[in-house]
Amino acid sequence: MKNKRLLSGPYLFWAIAFIIIPLVMIFYYGLTNNNGQFTFSNLARMTTPENLKALGLALLISLISTVICLLLAYPLAMILSEKNVSQTGFMALIFILPMWMNFLLRTLAWQTLLEKNGVINSLLNLLHLPELAIINTPYAVALGMVYNFLPFMILPIYNVLSRIDKDVINAARDLGANNLQTFLKIILPLSVPGIISGITMVFVPSLTTFVISDLLGGSKILLIGNVIEQEFKQGSNWHVGSGLSIVLMLFIIASMALIAKYDKDGEGSMF
Amino acid sequence: MSNKLIDIVNVSKSFDENVVLDKLNLYIRENEFLTLLGPSGCGKTTLLRILGGFETPDSGEIIFNGQNINAIPPNKRQLNTVFQKYALFSHMTIADNIAFGLKIKGKSKNYIEDKIRYALKLVNLEGFEHRTPDSLSGGQQQRIAIARAIVNEPKVLLLDEPLGALDLKLRQDMQYELIRLKNELGITFVYVTHDQEEALTMSDTIVVMNQGYIQQIGTPEDIYNEPQNAFVADFIGESNIISSTMVEDKVVKMLGATWECVDVGFGKMRPVDAVLRPEDIVLVKPGEGVIDGVVTNIIFKGVHYEMDVLANNYELLVHSTSMYPVGTEVGITVDPFNIQIMKKPESEDAEAVGIEE
Repeated sequence: MKNKRLLSGPYLFWAIAFIIIPLVMIFYYGLTNNNGQFTFSNLARMTTPENLKALGLALLISLISTVICLLLAYPLAMILSEKNVSQTGFMALIFILPMWMNFLLRTLAWQTLLEKNGVINSLLNLLHLPELAIINTPYAVALGMVYNFLPFMILPIYNVLSRIDKDVINAARDLGANNLQTFLKIILPLSVPGIISGITMVFVPSLTTFVISDLLGGSKILLIGNVIEQEFKQGSNWHVGSGLSIVLMLFIIASMALIAKYDKDGEGSMF
Repeated sequence: MSNKLIDIVNVSKSFDENVVLDKLNLYIRENEFLTLLGPSGCGKTTLLRILGGFETPDSGEIIFNGQNINAIPPNKRQLNTVFQKYALFSHMTIADNIAFGLKIKGKSKNYIEDKIRYALKLVNLEGFEHRTPDSLSGGQQQRIAIARAIVNEPKVLLLDEPLGALDLKLRQDMQYELIRLKNELGITFVYVTHDQEEALTMSDTIVVMNQGYIQQIGTPEDIYNEPQNAFVADFIGESNIISSTMVEDKVVKMLGATWECVDVGFGKMRPVDAVLRPEDIVLVKPGEGVIDGVVTNIIFKGVHYEMDVLANNYELLVHSTSMYPVGTEVGITVDPFNIQIMKKPESEDAEAVGIEE
């Protein structure tokens, strides 16, 4: 018994050192001012027009990216789940392969591709086609998010789909449902847990990212992640940065709770 | 009996190199409880899936009510399947599960509610409407799967080893339930199982299959009492299969003695297999039987004792309600009517080859 408890030691240490203490520090900084006095003013900084705009834009872009990821990932996950394992292995590998490369490098590569005089535009010029001017726009940021986070949408949906008993689908067909009805009434509802974890895994990092918007949005696209980053690094104002982080965190928790509630109404379970 | 409802004509099916069904012919009559019986891999489930529309035969025809249904998808066929692992929709209530087929067909709300109540009553699960499949036991889930299929009023109900996952007691109860259901509904049941007892209990007709071929078609009594080959004799119940010689009509030489039997038409001095069911072997005092033997093993089985009796170097399996201790010398006799003579297979392969009616 005692030995078993010892085994959990490293995890306990990890949780305290890298999760609990940082959280406590963020809450401490977020809820105090420079003099160490308790205040809500750091949290209220979210309501300044610039910050609200950054939050709104971040929400919009990450929502759009999440929807695009879902639309791309679902059919692919369905195709993968219908193939047998040996074929799936190879196809899944192709889609997961980019994950093995550094996230920053991949995003930098997109910068090079999309630049005004970048690879894509050079090619377009060569073919006498109009130039693509999406670098430093929200489109480029959304593209970067979709590219980077797509695998996180594919995998959970694929997992759920491949675990659906083929005879459950056969049963629906047997009872008179055509392919579309089978999909809408059986496959889709049964895959809701996968969709929800996919959404969570794409929406949350998209909402909080500052790297993608930095590299593909130039300094023109300011998302809430960039605002927080600037508070910490350029402004060296840990109090405001922490305050904004807390608000963003609450925001994410609230949206997850909302999804979970919707999920409970609409079957399947994740939380 | 009544008309042919399904006619399976020359149906073959292979998966990759593996031939699962080879030019199979079979017909199923209206209101029949037909069981496809055989060991795993004999093709019985494949045949059922072809009937359900989940597999397409490589060649041959499935005629349903006079029409070829090879190209008709499962959702357009007038038959419903009860799947081996129930395949209930876990995200729906029991009522929604049962209503699924009816809602697809656009039936009225009242009709659907009546049907749900009727079906739940039929399977003895009244009041389960708002439960979820996860909260039900295996036997209850199985009955819901049956209810879900029969509300659609199919002409044929296909059942793929539906009792396989249940424990013995529940399985026996469900066998009687199924017979009752079949009689109440008056529809055709096509039932797949590897359990010979299940097949004997429930069926009107049993189709014994092995390696993609039909071995014998007949009533449970036919199959049990008059197996046509060693495979059937061995698969159905317990039996002693003894290499013998047919001396002439109604006389067989086996175990070094001459026995009276009732079979005719095998010719003179022909090698044959004789089947003796363990319960048909009668033990008497030494010298009073046709041959003598020695009890070498005895096990108490409840209703009877199971004994091994060594006679002329052949170990006979004997069931008897009397107990004979190991080492007892006994006489052995068999009623001529209970000796079943079969043709010997020409070769190893011939054992698996179909005997068409």
